Amino acid sequence: MLDDFLVRAALAGVGLALATGPLGSFVVWRRMAYFGDATAHAAILGVALALALHLPIGVGTLVVALAMAGTVSTLAARGWAMDTTLGVLAHSALAFGLVAISYVPGVRADLSTYLFGDILAVSKADLGFIWGGALVVVASLVWRWQALLTATLNEDLAHASGLNPDRERLVLTLALALVVAVALKIVGALLIAAMLIIPAAAARGLARTPEAMALYAAGFGALACLVGLRLSLWQDTPAGPSIVSAAAVIFALVAVFGQMRRG
Amino acid sequence: MSLIAATGISVRFGAEPVLTDVSLAIEAGEIVTILGPNGSGKSTLLRALLGILPLAAGTVMRAPGLRLGYVPQKLSIDRSMPMTVRRFLSLPVRVADADATAALARVGLPGVETRQMAGLSGGQFQRVLLARALLVRPQILILDEPTQGLDQPGEAGFYRLIDEVRRDTGAAVLMVSHDLHVVMAASDRVICLNGHICCQGSPVVVSNAPEYRALFGLGSQGALALYQHQHDHSHEPTGVDAYGRTPSDPHHGHNHA
Repeated sequence: MLDDFLVRAALAGVGLALATGPLGSFVVWRRMAYFGDATAHAAILGVALALALHLPIGVGTLVVALAMAGTVSTLAARGWAMDTTLGVLAHSALAFGLVAISYVPGVRADLSTYLFGDILAVSKADLGFIWGGALVVVASLVWRWQALLTATLNEDLAHASGLNPDRERLVLTLALALVVAVALKIVGALLIAAMLIIPAAAARGLARTPEAMALYAAGFGALACLVGLRLSLWQDTPAGPSIVSAAAVIFALVAVFGQMRRG
Repeated sequence: MSLIAATGISVRFGAEPVLTDVSLAIEAGEIVTILGPNGSGKSTLLRALLGILPLAAGTVMRAPGLRLGYVPQKLSIDRSMPMTVRRFLSLPVRVADADATAALARVGLPGVETRQMAGLSGGQFQRVLLARALLVRPQILILDEPTQGLDQPGEAGFYRLIDEVRRDTGAAVLMVSHDLHVVMAASDRVICLNGHICCQGSPVVVSNAPEYRALFGLGSQGALALYQHQHDHSHEPTGVDAYGRTPSDPHHGHNHA
């Protein structure tokens, strides 16, 4: 069954959506959208390093994404102006990554794969990496769920309940770096943040509890991946933009449906 | 043993001292209010007692296994997060439906379980926060300006509720406020703060203290006159507090530079 590239692509999309649904909900609740962008853009630098050092791409992106997420968290804790800092870091990482990649011989042609993803070329090894990463993210979020929600609501409240908000933020930071590494092959570095935010934003209109929102977001994400995959196959369009376009249409439909139901 | 005792604590933000050499102890069952103008370090003191802020000096001791309910000053739930009242009560510790129902009834909001937190009025929101704090069966409730943004009747109602809760559960209450009159009637002990403790004692003793009057810019016809005028029907005018006890901690005078 896994020998069929369509089956592999579909499984990759569903695996990614499992992780981006709940994690994306936290990104939306904590207003970390730009943070996601910075981490994702840093992945291109990771690709360049991995190619230059003959390491697996997943390892390179994971390491650089972690470094970026760590840097941003540290600067935020020191009270830097967040939007400016992230604007500088996100775009610099992307620019340095693109420059660095141009030095690696024979990669220029593949660049669009890393920028826009290539879900139709997912290998069995990729699939293992994607599902492994997604399950680690989901397991961490489930494990810390109550503490993460409390710390997201109010850090003082979490503190007074004996929790450590810094630790919960670290869990999210690590999960975000892992999702970036996992998502690179599927949606590409430019649109990973969209995959986190758009399904969660669509889910917000329907959900009454945080758990429901995370589940709806995972469902919408999976649906967007499958529809985007069809589109990519049928029209030979780039995978990442196709999937994100599908997610945006789902978002619009849910918004209109919600308006009509409210009268 | 005191529930919480701070000894000589100081807190700095950078080089700026916010609190200097503050000592206080909260005993079981008493209602203590920290009073002071804006920027006097009231919230900072609570957050230092809760262990949220690092201390530059001094120690905070808690009774072993202390159960503590906290109502923060400002909790704005982001519109992007759907949250029913029932779900909120189960953070961070999941509670049984029966307990949640009982806590909501206790704060005068029966049957709001399925409402969205974002759709509650200011007064309802504060009561839900209090219900959540009560679910740990606290020995001490710590409230940071719990009536901020409430109108006068809402404020009076909320303090009445606090008093009832104290009577029902025996929980001590430590709260912060900058409104004088209602607090005066609802406290056993008032601590007047302005970076350090200016004076403390029963409401009547404190409102007579020159430090307090200087801090709030009151003339001879200040809050005390108003307070006694409003509350003559229920209070002894002789330094016995609202619950018929004599002040345990008389005001100590010292000079202000």
